[in-house]
Amino acid sequence: MFLRVLSDIQWRAANPKWRRMTSSRRSTSTTAEPHPVSLPAQAQVVICGGGITGTSVAYHLSKMGWKDIVLLEQGRLAAGTTRFCAGIVSTARPVSIELKMAHYSNKLYQQLEQETGVPTGYTKTGSLSLAQTQDRLISLKRIASSLSVMGIPCEIITPKQAVQLHPLINIHDLVGAMYVPEDALVTSANVSLALATAASRNGVQIHERTSVSHVTVQKGRVTGVETDRGRIQCQYFVNCAGQWAYELGHSGEVPVHIPLHACEHFYLLTHPLAEPLSSSLPTVVDPDGRIYIRNWQGGILSGGFEKNPKPLFTEGRNQLEIQNLQEDWDHFGPLLSALLRRMPGLEALQILQLVNCPESFTPDMRCIMGESPTARGYFVLAGMNSAGISYGGGAGKYLAEWMVNGYPSDNVWPLDLKRFGTLQSSRTFLRHRVMEVMPLMCDLKVPRWDFQTGRQLRTSPLYDRLDAQGARWMEKHGFERVKYFVPPGKDLLDLDHSKTFYKPDWFDIVGAEVKCCKEAVCVIDMSSFTKFEISSTGDEALENLQYLFSNDLDVPVGHVVHTGMLNEKGGYENDCSIARLSKRSFFMISPTDQQVHCWAWLKNRLPEDSNLTLEDVTWKYTALNLIGPRAVDVLSELSYAPMTAEHFPSLFCKEMSVGYANGIRVMSITHTGEPGFVLYIPIEYALHVYNEVMNMGQKYGIRNAGYYALRSLRIEKFFAFWGQDLDAFTTPMECGREFQVKLEKGMEFVGQEALLEQKQNGVYKRFTMFILEDHDTDMDLWPWWGEPIFRNGRYVGKTTSSAYSYTLERHVCLGFVHNFDEKTGEELVVTTDFINQGEYEIDIAGQRFQAKAKLYPFSSLFTQRRRKDEVELSGYQTE
Amino acid sequence: MPAPAHLFPLIRSCEISRIGSTACYCHHRHLCCLSSHFAHSHFRYAPQKKFAALYRPKENFNHFIHTRDHASASQRFYLTPPQVNSILKANEYSFKVPEFDGKNVSSVLGFDSNQLPANAPIEDRRSAATCLQTRGMLLGVFDGHAGCACAQAVSERLFYYIAVSLLPHETLLEIENAVESGRALLPILQWHKHPNDYFSKEASKLYFNSLRTYWQELIDLNSGETTDVREALINAFKRLDNDISLEAQVGDPNSFLNYLVLRVAFSGATACVAHVDGVDLHIANTGDSRAMLGVQEEDGSWSAVTLSYDHNAQNEHEVERVKTEHPKSEEKTLVKQDRLLGLLMPFRAFGDVKFKWSIELQKRVIESGPDQLNDNEYTKFIPPNYHTPPYLTAEPEVIYHKLRPQDKFLVLATDGLWETMHRQDVARIVGEYLTGVHHQQPIAVGGYKVTLGQMHGLLTERRARISSVFEDQNAATHLIRHAVGNNEFGTVDHERLSKMLSLPEELARMYRDDITIIVVQFNSHVIGACQNEEL
Repeated sequence: MFLRVLSDIQWRAANPKWRRMTSSRRSTSTTAEPHPVSLPAQAQVVICGGGITGTSVAYHLSKMGWKDIVLLEQGRLAAGTTRFCAGIVSTARPVSIELKMAHYSNKLYQQLEQETGVPTGYTKTGSLSLAQTQDRLISLKRIASSLSVMGIPCEIITPKQAVQLHPLINIHDLVGAMYVPEDALVTSANVSLALATAASRNGVQIHERTSVSHVTVQKGRVTGVETDRGRIQCQYFVNCAGQWAYELGHSGEVPVHIPLHACEHFYLLTHPLAEPLSSSLPTVVDPDGRIYIRNWQGGILSGGFEKNPKPLFTEGRNQLEIQNLQEDWDHFGPLLSALLRRMPGLEALQILQLVNCPESFTPDMRCIMGESPTARGYFVLAGMNSAGISYGGGAGKYLAEWMVNGYPSDNVWPLDLKRFGTLQSSRTFLRHRVMEVMPLMCDLKVPRWDFQTGRQLRTSPLYDRLDAQGARWMEKHGFERVKYFVPPGKDLLDLDHSKTFYKPDWFDIVGAEVKCCKEAVCVIDMSSFTKFEISSTGDEALENLQYLFSNDLDVPVGHVVHTGMLNEKGGYENDCSIARLSKRSFFMISPTDQQVHCWAWLKNRLPEDSNLTLEDVTWKYTALNLIGPRAVDVLSELSYAPMTAEHFPSLFCKEMSVGYANGIRVMSITHTGEPGFVLYIPIEYALHVYNEVMNMGQKYGIRNAGYYALRSLRIEKFFAFWGQDLDAFTTPMECGREFQVKLEKGMEFVGQEALLEQKQNGVYKRFTMFILEDHDTDMDLWPWWGEPIFRNGRYVGKTTSSAYSYTLERHVCLGFVHNFDEKTGEELVVTTDFINQGEYEIDIAGQRFQAKAKLYPFSSLFTQRRRKDEVELSGYQTE
Repeated sequence: MPAPAHLFPLIRSCEISRIGSTACYCHHRHLCCLSSHFAHSHFRYAPQKKFAALYRPKENFNHFIHTRDHASASQRFYLTPPQVNSILKANEYSFKVPEFDGKNVSSVLGFDSNQLPANAPIEDRRSAATCLQTRGMLLGVFDGHAGCACAQAVSERLFYYIAVSLLPHETLLEIENAVESGRALLPILQWHKHPNDYFSKEASKLYFNSLRTYWQELIDLNSGETTDVREALINAFKRLDNDISLEAQVGDPNSFLNYLVLRVAFSGATACVAHVDGVDLHIANTGDSRAMLGVQEEDGSWSAVTLSYDHNAQNEHEVERVKTEHPKSEEKTLVKQDRLLGLLMPFRAFGDVKFKWSIELQKRVIESGPDQLNDNEYTKFIPPNYHTPPYLTAEPEVIYHKLRPQDKFLVLATDGLWETMHRQDVARIVGEYLTGVHHQQPIAVGGYKVTLGQMHGLLTERRARISSVFEDQNAATHLIRHAVGNNEFGTVDHERLSKMLSLPEELARMYRDDITIIVVQFNSHVIGACQNEEL
């Protein structure tokens, strides 16, 4: 029945009010019975939402062999945001996984018409991204680098070349542009219909005008869907409800938090030019002007992302707000100015209409996909941040793989629903955050940028103390963490001026903090880390952990073990430190953003056993990391206990008193490779212990430090961090951590088989450390992450993190090296020799820098330096 | 022309001749030619017939701009918008009535106030306070003349007199007992002050003793009746003026205080005070400041209801009142050139003992007073045709208004505002500011043929129109911006604003008066609820 709809999906028919139009279409097409087919009583999968994401998921699931699928749409197929989106397929995306999705979508749409017979309006026009500033050009060059290594044609061109590609562009204020010739235009509604057609042919049942009221969940599993036309029993539910996904997620008894919020989005349609524009003219994106311009039926379609967005539906679906969705010319004014500045020749062009089409945005500008941490079988794909067409195809594929195989074929952690928790689910938070996110779509994306809205949600009890001492803050999973401390009397640039791709203004500040960590002692508040306690009445805790973790946890009480929490393929689901507190209880420390993911992972795999308790104690402890050679002295003076290596060896954990406070968990780890301790302090003692440490530390030259110092220290020591360097597709064997895997620990564990195989056959990528050789810290662009790595002139992988090492006085990049077969591109085994026998270069925004590859950190160099530094230390104290 | 050249040090000689013709007469409206700036022997011959021109500041202003245009480029300077804003916002103050349980049960939501000086130092004062022992809120503006001493004293003291007048007998006894036994006093008022609004520390003891005498008398009188707000206001005004007069006659052993009480008594001040308690609004006015209610009609438009009468020559009843209070022989000399005895613009005021005391009393006090007083030409000068004092009173006229839901705000302002803006404009500008509605219909293209260029032009024009609104967070500031910067089209002209604010101190007074504004915003929900309860 949806094929019939096709005829009236023509842009020409567009009417100023989109809702009114959908309703009028509804009335004209009700000649047929409203619901000719009754709903099935049960299905394997129910998909809610007939937009681009829903149809794409249905298409891919059915292609992968799942047939028992029902797709429900409350109105008509492709009638929501999908119908009104601008139809631009653009691969120029800064995040690698997004780039891959867009690339796949492009390829998919290209052949879709041939596959389904439904005209999709696919036209390969190419796209032009314009740069008005040098900084913008740098960001385009960075994207160009990642596009090229993926084999997507793209080039950085001069303004003059740009005007040859699009004669209407005014180039007097441009410094350059990026041309991506394979970007395309589609009629988005038709793409969605084509996907639905193909899915339907594969057996997917599609029911329009059927709305889902809620999803039923029993014992943590999806059991069915209640609709206005009855109930469907199902094992899987996919929430593709777009801007209504949040509401739908909250409608059930077990809420599924899908943090997204709608904003009004405007674009302009014009009558054709006197000499109609060619349909092959490239799409123009002018991020500095916040606008995009595409050809449209001889005229143009132009929209943008204004600085002052208008969020809506904060209180849920609201008929009044829907009716008020009208053209707002005053709001569109600045974008119109930008358009006429970019294409002054359009002054005389007649307006057809200003379309107001709400788009949904997420708290971090990335879409949301994956399985709910609270309800198994409840999948989500929504929050496309106005790039639904570009991502729709690829995102649908990844989600389908996830459902069918249990995991997608690429690392989608940056998009995983579980990167959020309930804390990002407040409507106030979302409303404020999307008002920041939408303008950011066009803002320059520079390294280490922090969101300004929705801050100070989770804080350490020391927040005010640290803030008063000049702390500058960043946020991770809602938790405020210190970046560095601005010394009194020193001023940094304001936010807007501090945006740079070059040496940042905090360089010397962090340098001083690093120096203090190396020579004296620093305190870093690390309370944000996720902390779980697992205990049992019998041996259940140990047995289960032994199965879930790759290292041997059957260690003497008081020992700390670094271990991976691996999946069946041996990849890191989490990387953590576990302390054995007693025979039957364990204390587990994971990265901050693991709070939801790790919890869900453990909950899903630990047996339902009343003897076994898992508790999230993140909020109970404040963590102070004492880093540096003098940490020993500070702590032993405060506790009257010997803290030297003989009494308190490395990787050791003990409850002791610090100052007046008792029961402080002291662990001899620092997460940096430097000597020192982390103190886990019950929060009511936090201020006391901090004050004691600072007072006692004074004579040892103690000072506060922040995460930037920690970063520099861990990267120069070749420490990988989960979420940054490690992901579900990286095994311990691939990052030189065989020593953290005990293949012969006497019992089976998750991922063991995969690791055994890797041990036998070798690895296909290898985590490597690169020291930039001819890089001028003051003058050259700084590496960030995602820079392509070249070995003997051939692309072998990308960096995952980088930092300036104040000890080596060089930049250090960490990244993975692959071995692609020269002819077939097939991945070959990477051996130590392969790594060592190569000349390496790192590509930073098109410029290549020589790099020395290393598989092990510079341990000898550091000890030498330390000895030399000890001489300087005496001088340090008198400073 | 007796244009005193020393008054215009910043103007080069070539400009003096141009500007002198308009600038030689003083703009100190209340007390023509008697301020210290103009205290020289020529004051009597000042060309008063030209005084009318002063009521059209725009003319003067254009003339000024004209002369400045002839100045060399280096002489010309404009303030940037941020500089303009920092001048306009320097004295702004906002108060929001605190909420309990997320609800504001008061009929007042809060108020915005601001001052823009023209005199240096400014002679206007303002006060705002919440009564703590009775219900209600007090707000007032005070316009001083012949110096700021009297306005300052009234701004510090008047609300205490009103509050005490309103107190029930038991509370007065309690307070008196507390003072007697040295216990802590019940707080009577909670002040809402801008940091620039100061209280005199030196005089506080003196002021307190006078106030205490007043409440002791009230205790002795104990009428046993509940206090009527109207009577309380009238009594407080009269009593304070009486105390000011007495303190000056008695003097003070401390020479600083002695000089202070004399300055207070010899200078003058008008007062316009509002007392809001639930739906009951009382305005007590003495002089020519004004209170105005902003009313929103059913169609959303704004209208003004004046809640005070100006006490000046334009008010027939007031002229009539003065004439009946004095013998027929003085009829011709009582009001000359629209001024009381040809000198004073307001017909009612605090202080101004020159218009209240007998000649003998004035001479006795001045002779026994400090040298500074004796040297001052102004204080020694006796008004002409001074036969049957007092000619002046501080007794206020009190108007009662019962608040209705459509009464959205109250503006109290000194004459500096009212001489530049019509009350109807004031109502509209504040009303639109507070509601954020600017009567700008959204644009709809519909079926019309509009080009991108045309639309762009239209939008640019609309943006310019509303941009001025968003610069202010304070309704009073917004009003001052309009009062000073409005062009002939009723919109704020930045260039004009900038020029007006960059006038040198000596010149500012020629083109505008001190402006003080309080905008009180009412809580229509509470007012509506009160109304419903009564029905």
